Amino acid sequence: MTNDPTAMKSDHAADIDRHVKVYITVFVALMVLTIVTVAISRLHLSVPIAVTLALLVATIKGSLVACYFMHLISEKKLIYAVLVLTAVFFVALLALPVMTVSDGYWIPE
Amino acid sequence: MDMDIPHTVEARPDTGLTNGKIGIWLFLASEVMLFGALFASYILLRTGAPSWPRGDTILNVPLATFNTIVLISSSVTMVMAWASLKRHRFGTFRIHMGATILLGFVFLVVKYFEYSHKFHDGLFPSTNNVLAIYFTLTGLHMLHVFGGMVVNAYLWGPGAKLWKTNPEWFTNRVEHSGLFWHFVDLVWIFLFPTLYLL
Repeated sequence: MTNDPTAMKSDHAADIDRHVKVYITVFVALMVLTIVTVAISRLHLSVPIAVTLALLVATIKGSLVACYFMHLISEKKLIYAVLVLTAVFFVALLALPVMTVSDGYWIPE
Repeated sequence: MDMDIPHTVEARPDTGLTNGKIGIWLFLASEVMLFGALFASYILLRTGAPSWPRGDTILNVPLATFNTIVLISSSVTMVMAWASLKRHRFGTFRIHMGATILLGFVFLVVKYFEYSHKFHDGLFPSTNNVLAIYFTLTGLHMLHVFGGMVVNAYLWGPGAKLWKTNPEWFTNRVEHSGLFWHFVDLVWIFLFPTLYLL
């Protein structure tokens, strides 16, 4: 995973075995959450609640993938810095059209 | 003259990372913006439309649920392929990587059936905005699945020669390919509910 001496311990076979157990647990959690996602959609909730719940479950699933499969739970500072910058631009990207919508700019005459 | 690629195994002192690792993360950052732009377009199109059908009234939810399970499973086999190399078990790596490629193929086959069913019904990207954004987002995602499969197939096949000469470098390559593959899984985790279920 990493090459600096302080992180070499995580390369030991016993640690990898522990990692594998975590991967299996995350896999089970992702499967359960996939069922939850579909089950929520069957409830035919009001749009704001349905969107909020769907995105909440998707965010939990995405975080599990990012933290454990992509090892973000124990990454170097520079990677976090890159991702924080990305997150800021990503939010701005999504906010721009939303702001346009809130102006009523899109409403046809 | 030494032509070795620098910092493939040894971390750079200033970044604390191998060049491949920082490279793939910067690439993934650009990918977030690419999919982000399309998600923003989707929000704008949907909120701006007088009416928009729920995804499950026009798209095949059981097939998409199956594909979600397939892609999540492929993420597990991918990370297990990397863990196998960390345990110095090359044979197990080949099995897990092979399974990852196969699951990617299953995903594409299911998607082929979904697409061909739509085309058979005369539903194309040009039909309306709902289908335009559906085909654009899922089509771009499919291209990513295909791209990941090509790299994984290289690492399973000819690229695996590196294991004999520099196992640590090869393990890092598999990790970097895995980071891309997990990202593709992550994108689908958001595409599935937003396109099919809402």
